[in-house]
Amino acid sequence: MATPTRTAARTTRATGPRHAPPPRLRTPRRQRHSLARPRRSVPLTLLTGLVVLYTLVPLLWLVISATKSQEGLADSFGLWFGGDFSLWDNVKETFTYNDGVFTRWLLNTLLYVVLGAGGATVLAVLGGYALAKFDFPGKRVVFAVVIGAVAVPGTALAVPTFLMFGEMGLTNTPWAVIIPSLISPFGLYLMWVFATEAIPAELLEAARVDGAGELRTFVQVCLPLLAPGMVTVLLFTMVQTWNNYFLPLIMIKDPDWYPLTLGLNSWNAQASTAGGEPVFHLVITGSLLTILPLIAAFLLLQKFWQSGLAAGSVKE
Amino acid sequence: MATLQSAVVGRAGPPPPRRPRRSWTGWGFVAPFALVFALVFLAPIAYSIYLSLFQDRLIGGTTFVGLDNYQRALDDPEFWEGLGRVALFLAVQVPIMLGIALLVALALDSGRLYGKSFFRIAIFLPYAVPAVVATLMWGFMYGTRFGLVGDVNDAFGAKLPDPLSPDLVLASIGNIVTWEFVGYNMLIFYSALRVIPHSLYEAAEIDGASQLRVITAIKLPAIRGALVIATIFSIIGSFQLFNEPSILQDLAPNAITTSYTPNLYTYSLSFNGQQQNYSATVAIIMGLITMVIAYIVQLRGMRKGA
Repeated sequence: MATPTRTAARTTRATGPRHAPPPRLRTPRRQRHSLARPRRSVPLTLLTGLVVLYTLVPLLWLVISATKSQEGLADSFGLWFGGDFSLWDNVKETFTYNDGVFTRWLLNTLLYVVLGAGGATVLAVLGGYALAKFDFPGKRVVFAVVIGAVAVPGTALAVPTFLMFGEMGLTNTPWAVIIPSLISPFGLYLMWVFATEAIPAELLEAARVDGAGELRTFVQVCLPLLAPGMVTVLLFTMVQTWNNYFLPLIMIKDPDWYPLTLGLNSWNAQASTAGGEPVFHLVITGSLLTILPLIAAFLLLQKFWQSGLAAGSVKE
Repeated sequence: MATLQSAVVGRAGPPPPRRPRRSWTGWGFVAPFALVFALVFLAPIAYSIYLSLFQDRLIGGTTFVGLDNYQRALDDPEFWEGLGRVALFLAVQVPIMLGIALLVALALDSGRLYGKSFFRIAIFLPYAVPAVVATLMWGFMYGTRFGLVGDVNDAFGAKLPDPLSPDLVLASIGNIVTWEFVGYNMLIFYSALRVIPHSLYEAAEIDGASQLRVITAIKLPAIRGALVIATIFSIIGSFQLFNEPSILQDLAPNAITTSYTPNLYTYSLSFNGQQQNYSATVAIIMGLITMVIAYIVQLRGMRKGA
C-alpha cells in the first residue's frame, strides 16, 4: 500500500528541483526499456522456439504423412514428402472406405458435441449465474459438492455409471455419451466467476424495479453480458466431447454409434487382428480430418476464449 | 517484499460479495445442473460404494462381504504395481511438464519475445488434439517400421532404443502427455500472470530489482493459486492415466499389460473379467487416494508464504 507514495518520491528526485510542479504518479515515458516495455531478446525467442518445434513437429509429421500412400509411409522419410502425392486419394478413400462409415462417425461426433457440449454450456451458464447472483438455501452445499466432485477421478465413476445406465437401458445409445457430457464442473466454476464480474448488482435491481420477471431479466439483460464467458465454456466443453474416448469406449459397442475417436482407434486396431486389412494411411488422414475443425475453432475464436480465461484466473 | 506480497494478495482476492436477498429463486437456475449432476456424479458414487461391499459368487449369488474387497485390493500385487507406476509417472512427468509450461509462460509474459501471439497459440495447439489422435500419431512416430525412429535408424545406421519396449514405454507415454498438456498449463499460468497489477513491477523497478528477483518475489507468489490448481489437475490426470496406454496397447502389446495403470486395471476387471464388484472397489480406493493427495497439495500450496 506504500507503493504509490514511494513511486512519487523517487520520481520527484528524478525530475529535478524541489519546487517543480508535482509530478504525475505514472512512470515517466522516458524509460522505454523498462519492465513494462522490455527490449526484445533473440536468445529467449530461440529458446521458446524449441518448445514450439516440439509442439508443431508432430503435427507437421501428420500433415506430411497424410499425403502418402500406405507404401509411401513405409518407404520415405517421415518429415518430408514422398514421391507420390496421394492426399486427395487418401481423403476420398477415408470417406468411402467401409461404405462411408467415417462420415457416420463424423455425424455421431457432431451429434455428441452439439447436444453434449451445447447442453453442458447451457447448464453451466444457468448454474453459474445463480451461484453468482442469488442467495438461496443450500447454496454453500451445492458449491462444496461440485468442487469436491472435481477431484473424483472420472474413470472411478465410469463402471458404476455404465452399470446404472445398463439397467436404465441407455447403454449403446447416444444418450449414454450425451448425458454424462452435460456436466462440466470447470464450466460451472468459470461461469460463476465470470457472472460475478460481468453483471453489476445495480443492473439486476433496476430490471427488477422495472417489473421484469427473473427469466426475462436473465435472457434479455444478463445473457448478452455473459457472452465471452459462454464462448470460452462452449469451446472447452466442445474439445472435451469431441475428444472423448473413455466414455464412448465403455458405453458404445455398436460401431454405428462410434464417435471419430473410437472409429479411428478401431481402424488402427484392425491391422493387429487376424485377417484384418492394415489401413494406416486412412488412420493418419482420418486423424488429420478429425483435428482440423477444432484447430480452426481455436484459431478463429482466439479473442473470445483468451479473454474468458483471463477473467477466470482473476479469482484464483 | 512483505508489502509487495500483501498488495498482490489484497488485489487478487475476490471482491467483497454483495449480499442478495435470500430466496428460493436461485434454485430455478441451478436445478437443471443439480439434477444431471446427481444422476451422473452422486448416484454412481453411491452405487459403486454399494457394489464394493458385495461379491458375486458362484454359490449363493451376490452376497454382502463387508470390507473383503478392500482387503483383497490391499493385498493385490497387480494393483500396487499399477499404483507405483502412476506414482512414478506423477513424480517425473508432472514437474517436467509444469516446469516447461511455467518457463514458457514467464517468457511470454516478460514481453521479450518476437512474435508472442504466434508462440502462445502454437504451443497451445496440441490441446485441441484428441488423446486418441495424439497417441496414434506419436505411436506411429515411435514405430521402427515407418516411424521417425525407424527413419533415423535407417538414415544414420544408428541403433536408437525402441521407445515402445517395456523399459521405455512409460517415458514414451510421459512424452505424449507432456506434449498434449504443456500448452494448456502454460495458458493457465500466462492468464494468471497477465492480471498482476503493473504498479508492482514499477515499484520493483524503482527498487532496482533484477528480472529474477521480480519473478521470485512478485510473479510466482502472485500466481500461486494457478500453480496449485494446475498441480492438482495434473495429479488427478496422472492417477487417471488410461487413454494413452490403452491405445498404445495395440502397438506395444508386450510392454503394456492389462493392469498397467490402476484405471486400465479397473477397466479390464469389469469389461473383460466381469468382476464389477472388485473393479468398483479398486476405483473407489484410487478416488480416495487422489482426493487425499489433491487435498494435501491444496493445503500445503495455500499455506506456503501466506
